Order: sequence, then structure tokens, then C-alpha cells
Amino acid sequence: MKARVFVSLKKTVLDPQGQTIQSALAGRGYSSIAHVRQGKLFEIELSPETDRDSAHKDLEEIAREVLANPVIEEFRVELLD
Amino acid sequence: MKFGVVVFPGSNCDHDAWYAVTRNLGQQAEFVWHDSNRLGDVDAVILPGGFSYGDYLRCGAIAKFSPVMGAVKKFAADGGLVAGICNGFQILVESGLLPGALVRNAGLKFRCMELQLTVATSDSPFTNACRKGDVLRVPIAHGEGCYVAEERVLDELEAEDRIAFRYVKNPNGSQRDIAGVLNRGRNVLGMMPHPERAADPLMGSLDGLSVFTSMVAAAALKK
Repeated sequence: MKARVFVSLKKTVLDPQGQTIQSALAGRGYSSIAHVRQGKLFEIELSPETDRDSAHKDLEEIAREVLANPVIEEFRVELLD
Repeated sequence: MKFGVVVFPGSNCDHDAWYAVTRNLGQQAEFVWHDSNRLGDVDAVILPGGFSYGDYLRCGAIAKFSPVMGAVKKFAADGGLVAGICNGFQILVESGLLPGALVRNAGLKFRCMELQLTVATSDSPFTNACRKGDVLRVPIAHGEGCYVAEERVLDELEAEDRIAFRYVKNPNGSQRDIAGVLNRGRNVLGMMPHPERAADPLMGSLDGLSVFTSMVAAAALKK
């Protein structure tokens, strides 16, 4: 079983990297791009004997306590088959 | 007094801090390795600048799980003096010993320069040698030094007189020009500027020494 954890800055936290990417895209003529936020993606592989519920529980805990800093970031856990 | 200077893999201001308190101030100091779960008989702890564990994941995010941080948390909970400088400040906010977070500088650049700091309170073991409003010349060197916290937390820091230093000219976008903060017990300080790099005549400024002389005075009062 595989999982993905997405971590991104909260909407209230300034994202200067996303802004820089957005202005670079505007400079290249992509007028369709209104806004960019940059984040992180973690691709995680679970050991074969792990069941779905406990995997989800562990991943939520790991995302909250390690992968994201809840002061500035939010996260989303996705279990893949 | 005896300072303990914690050394993480990737610390690079540990020797500067050691030099500042021993050679410049005539105090004792010893290094404490990150995988030690004891601090020994130190009177104060310095978490130095650098790039602990490569600053992987987020600055200070891996360091907070190191064995020595368990001992530092206990030391701080018992009222011990803990000063986190630059990466040390990032480790303290990641560990929850100080509020807020430190994110990428607003201008995206790594800022390495000497600048001016205002002492925002003299009521702390780290600033008692200064007067409120004193201006110190101290260098910064960081890419992730933009201090952010919820408005509610910033209001609380101001109401409780827990902002230790402010930038005269904000180099990184920090909210309310915050360069250093105190915990509620006032025994834990985090600051992005490097006082240990302004502690020797060769460095062009001695203003950083006041942070360490304040700690020596505070520790003497305790004994």
C-alpha cells in the first residue's frame, strides 16, 4: 500500500516562493495563471502487513507531528491502493 | 558559570558561541553532543546557529526529536536558561518551547549582514545588562528568519513584554519587526541575529556580549 501526504502553507501565511513562481510564469506570458502556492509532497510506502485503518491513523499522526508544522502548515493524507 | 553549547550534526556556530563565553567573557563552557540525553552540571544552555541535520524537512524539524532536546526541555521546565540563536531559535519554535514559526525570508534571499537591533525589554535574563531602547549592532545570516505567529499570539507577546529584540530595519519580513522572543517563564530566548558574532574586537562590534553578560548576571543572582 502506498500513501501520499501533501503539506502546504496555510492560506494566511505569506508564500514568497509561490509568488515568485507566479510572477515568473506571468513573465513567460502565461496570462491564464492567477495564483501559485508551493508545497511539499511525501510519497510513502507502507509495509505489506499494514491494514488500512491503522495506516491512516499512523499517517495522520506522522503528518501532524513530523511532516507538517501546524503553526504554519496544513496537510492532507491520501491512501492509494 | 558554566554554559553548555549543544552540538547537532550541521551546527556551525557552536565554536563561535563557545569562544564568546569562554575567551571573551572568561566563563566555563562545554559542548554537549546531540545524542546525549543529559546536560551535565551546566548553568545555561546555548543552542547554536547552523543547519542541524541539514535543515531537512524544515529548519529545526529533525533536531527537535534528538535525545538532547528532551534534556533541554526538562532543563527549561525547571527554570534553566536556554538561548537559541538562529538555527537554535528555529529548533526552539519547532519544539514548542517558543511560540510562532520561522519561515522563508520575505525577499527569498539569504540575508548575511550586520544590522541594528532595538532591545525591546530589559526585563529578562538575556537583556538585563541593557536598557530598553538600546540599539545593538549584531549580524544576521539566515534564509528562514521571517517570524510569523497568529495575531492573537503576537498581541499576547506584546502584552506580556516577551519581545526581546526588534529589527530597526526589517531584513526578512518578520511580523512586527520581531528579532527575538521570550517564553512565558522568561528563561528561554530565541533570536535570529548572532550575538556571538559580535563578541570580539576583531568582529567590529562587541554589542552581542551583552546577551551573555546578562545571562551571567542572572545565573549569579540565582545561586
